[in-house]
Amino acid sequence: MDRFLQTFFNPVVMAQYTPDIIAGVWVTLQIAAAVIVAGIAGGLALACLRSYRIRALNFFIICYADIFRALPPLVVILILYFGFPSIGIQLSGPMVLFIVLAATLAAFAEEIFWAGFSSVEKGQWEAGIATGLGFTRTLAYVALPQAVRLAIPPLVNRVLAITKMTALGSAIGVSEILSSATTAQSFSGSATPLTMSVVAYLVIFLPMVVVARWLESRTAWKKR
Amino acid sequence: MANRPMLEIVSLEKRFGTNTILKKIDLKVAEGELVFVIGPSGSGKSTMLRCCNRLEEPTSGDIIVDGRNIMAGTRRDLDSMRLQIGMVFQGFHLYPHMTVLRNVTLAQRKALKRTKAEADARAIDMLEQVGMAHKADAYPGELSGGQQQRVAIARSLALDPKVMLFDEPTSALDPELVGSVLKVMKDLKSKGMTMVVVSHEMGFARETADRVVFMDGGVVVEQGTPEEIFGAPKAERTRAFLSRVSG
Repeated sequence: MDRFLQTFFNPVVMAQYTPDIIAGVWVTLQIAAAVIVAGIAGGLALACLRSYRIRALNFFIICYADIFRALPPLVVILILYFGFPSIGIQLSGPMVLFIVLAATLAAFAEEIFWAGFSSVEKGQWEAGIATGLGFTRTLAYVALPQAVRLAIPPLVNRVLAITKMTALGSAIGVSEILSSATTAQSFSGSATPLTMSVVAYLVIFLPMVVVARWLESRTAWKKR
Repeated sequence: MANRPMLEIVSLEKRFGTNTILKKIDLKVAEGELVFVIGPSGSGKSTMLRCCNRLEEPTSGDIIVDGRNIMAGTRRDLDSMRLQIGMVFQGFHLYPHMTVLRNVTLAQRKALKRTKAEADARAIDMLEQVGMAHKADAYPGELSGGQQQRVAIARSLALDPKVMLFDEPTSALDPELVGSVLKVMKDLKSKGMTMVVVSHEMGFARETADRVVFMDGGVVVEQGTPEEIFGAPKAERTRAFLSRVSG
């Protein structure tokens, strides 16, 4: 028991590396926030564009969504970080992590929002069009709010799954939580920093899981 | 001026692939007239109505509303002309995420560019006319079908349309709720609204319609006053249809 505590909960190591882990938390939070905003906005924009049913454009949107949903983000991260400098494109680690995760989230978000748009009744569109709103305003005021509401529960789950992947930054030296923890672990020779990373991840993501659960329980239309 | 056509359908044709739904339909609706369209399902009556505001794109022909051809002009012209053509659907299609009031003000504000105060005032007026002003802050999901349909009528009326199209407005309603919607339509008629109604409410047609049009197989088979059509139909197909629906 003593050995277990010494390995995973060494107070001296904890005290020493807490500032590093907190710095890592900050990096993770920043990248996660940027990924969430850019990924959701990108996915929503693509889904809106797709609803105009322009055949050539939709072909590209669907290809994009399918490819980025199929590829493991780590593969793309490694290509951008280690491969692109050879063709003259030098991106920082955090930038690569952001681009790849945002692009991945956008692909999933596009499909989720599109599913939302698809389940908005045809009659809703017709009502908007028949009252002279035209396609774009019907999209904005009638279809979009309904699609978004339908999309929220699956979207929150996807956001969670992808923001957790900020841990992949440790493969390219981004000093986020996991990276800070593994560095601290090699310096200290103790697994305690990894325990600290577990706590840090739980502090960040557990509230998000709770919010997701709450959102899922209230998908019905507002009744007063 | 009382008899000038408000809505004119000129050799309207609609084909889906090789299937011809409407075959050279001609129909004139005078200002203030209520034209009631009957016919078996698949006769093309709903398609004809939906062609009148190009929810369904006609294959050929013209639709003229108050002297303006909605088949001519740009997309934007079409949207502004759609404002003059009110449409009431079988399934109501109120926006579930908006209150009754916002349902009625949305197109007023975004398409007609009325101010919030103007749109709200107009909406309350129209909701009063259909007896729904007390539910202005409710959401559609809290209303009965009849109430929803009356709100949908108010939503169309608030845009000051020149003609109102009703596509089986009471078919989705429980029998006890039908009356409230028909009453609103009757009021509308007495206020001089030009109306085209596709419906199976023969009693309403007898009482309120100026003219009854019988369609079958994509053509207008016969038309006349309710007395003529219901009392002494000339065409065999009309007689067969009427004996089926009344029998």
